[in-house]
Amino acid sequence: MNLNATFISGRTVNQGCNLENKTSQAYFDAAAYCEMNSKDASSLGVEPGNNVKVTTDHGSVVVPMAICDGNPDGLVFIPMGPWANAVVDPDTKGCGMPGFKGISAVVEPTDEKAPTMPELMARLK
Amino acid sequence: MIIKDVLCPFCGCLCDDLAVEVEDNKVVDVKHACKIGASKIMGHDRIKAPMMRDDKNGEFREVSYDEAINESAKILANSKRPLLYGWASGLCEMMAKGILLNEEVGGIIDNTASVCHGPSVLGVHEKGLPTGTLGQFANRADLVVFWGCNPVQAHPRHMSRYSVFNKGFFASKGRRSRKVVVFDVRKTDTAEMADEYVQVNPGEDYIVMSALRAIIADKADVVPDSVGGVPKEKLVELAEAMKSAKFGIVYFGMGLTQSRGKYKNIDNAVSLITELNAHGKHSIIPMRGHYNVGGFGQVCAWTTGYAGAVDMSRGIPYYNPGETCSNDLLMREEIDAAFVIAGDAGAHFPAQSIARMSKVPVIQVDPFHNPTTEMANIVIPTKVSGVELEGTAYRMDCVSLRMRKLVDVDFPSDEEVLDKIIAKVQEIKGASS
Repeated sequence: MNLNATFISGRTVNQGCNLENKTSQAYFDAAAYCEMNSKDASSLGVEPGNNVKVTTDHGSVVVPMAICDGNPDGLVFIPMGPWANAVVDPDTKGCGMPGFKGISAVVEPTDEKAPTMPELMARLK
Repeated sequence: MIIKDVLCPFCGCLCDDLAVEVEDNKVVDVKHACKIGASKIMGHDRIKAPMMRDDKNGEFREVSYDEAINESAKILANSKRPLLYGWASGLCEMMAKGILLNEEVGGIIDNTASVCHGPSVLGVHEKGLPTGTLGQFANRADLVVFWGCNPVQAHPRHMSRYSVFNKGFFASKGRRSRKVVVFDVRKTDTAEMADEYVQVNPGEDYIVMSALRAIIADKADVVPDSVGGVPKEKLVELAEAMKSAKFGIVYFGMGLTQSRGKYKNIDNAVSLITELNAHGKHSIIPMRGHYNVGGFGQVCAWTTGYAGAVDMSRGIPYYNPGETCSNDLLMREEIDAAFVIAGDAGAHFPAQSIARMSKVPVIQVDPFHNPTTEMANIVIPTKVSGVELEGTAYRMDCVSLRMRKLVDVDFPSDEEVLDKIIAKVQEIKGASS
C-alpha cells in the first residue's frame, strides 16, 4: 500500500545542533527521517524506525519513518538537509527559490537501506 | 575564565546574554544559550588542513594554505562564470571582501537567502516593509502571529527573549499580555503553545491572507464559507482580533517563502499589515536563519545596490532573481566554477542543482566537513566567526552588533583567505592583460 502525500521540509532543533557536524551519526539521526501521523503510518503498515521510500517527480530517497501527530493526513516532513533535498523541486519558477515545500510525493514501505550523507552525495557526482 | 555578554553566532536572534566558560583557550561550558547555540559554541570536529583533489571521487591530499589559495585563484581567474555562494555564517568584514572578489572575477555573488528569505526581499521590493526592532516588539506587542515559522525548533529563545513570554514595558504580564496565533500547515511545537492554531492547507496561505484583508476592509460578504482550509467564522474572529490589537506583529518563515506563491505570499502579508495600520500599530518581520544572513543583504546592498544574486559579468552590478540566483544558474548549467564559503550548498540545494555543481571545479572555504566538501576539489579551513573571530553581524531586525572572540586558534580568518585570493587573482589577471 502506498501513501499519496504532500511533502514539506523544514528546520528542527537537532538538525540545527548538527549543522556543523554533518559527517556524524547524530546528523543522520537528526535529518534522515520522514514524519507522518499515526493514521498514515498504520495505513502504510510501518512502525517508527522502519524505512520508507519517498518518491517525487524530482527523485527518491529512503529514510526511517517517525510519527508526528501534528501532521494532518497526507502531510509528510523530512528535516531540511540532503535527504529532503533528494526529492525537492529545483525549479524556482522564476524567483530564485526552489520548491522545498508542497511537493506531491508517494511514500511506500521498503527494505532498502537509508543512504549515509557521503553515499547520498556520491550519487550526485 | 567566564566571558559574559557573549553573542551567539547561530541564528538571527543573535542572543547577546550568553556566559561562556573558557579554560586553557578551550570552551568548556556555555550558559543561557539554547541547545543549538551551545552546540555551535562548544564546537565540533573540524577540517584540520587545506586539502585538494582533481577527481571528486578520489581522496583528498593535504596541501599548504598557499597552494590551496593559489590554485583557487587560478580557477576563479580563468573561469568565465563563477558562482560565489554562501557568506551567511561569516562576518560583514569578510562579506565586503567577497563582493570585491566577485568584482575582480566578474562572477555572480549569491548568499543563503537564495534558499531562505530571498522571496522576502522580492516581497519587500513590491510593497516595502512596515517593520521595527525586536526590542519594540518585545515591549509593545499584544498580538503575536507566527506565520509559517516554528521558533520552538528554529529560533529556540525567540519566544522567551523577544516575542511571547518576556515581560515588556507595555506588556507587563509577559505571556498573559499577549494573544499568540500560529498559522501553519501542521501543528508544530510552536502551535502547541499558541492561543490559536490556524491550520492552513499547504500552499494556500495567500488566499487566507486575501480573505483576512477582505474582512478587515468590511467586505466579509465576498468571503466563501471556507478559505484555504480555514472556516469563515474563524477568519472573521481573527480579523477582529487583529483590528482590535494595539500592537500586532507578524513573524514569518519558510512556510511562506518556500510554499506556493513564494514572494507573492510576502507581498500579500505586507499588504495585510499595511491595511491593519489603519486600525492599530502593526509590524512584520522575517525570521532570519543564519546569524548574519541579514548582514550579507546589508553589505551587498550598500556596495552593489542589491541585496544578493549580483552578477558582475558586465562589469556593473546586474540583478535579476530567477536568472541570477544560484539554483537558476546551476539548473541552466551556466556555472563553470563554484566558490562556496560560510554556507553549505551541498546540504541545502536540491539534489539536481548539486548534481550540476559537481560537474565544475568547487572551492570550499569552511571550518567543517559537510556535503559541499563531498563535492569539492579544494577545501580551505578557516576560523569559526563569532567564536574564534570578532566582527560585525546583523540581527534579524537589521540591528548591527559586534560579535566576540572567545578563543584563539591558528586557522586564518575568511577575510585573510579572501585577501590572498584577491591579490593572486589580480596578479594573474594583470599578467594576462
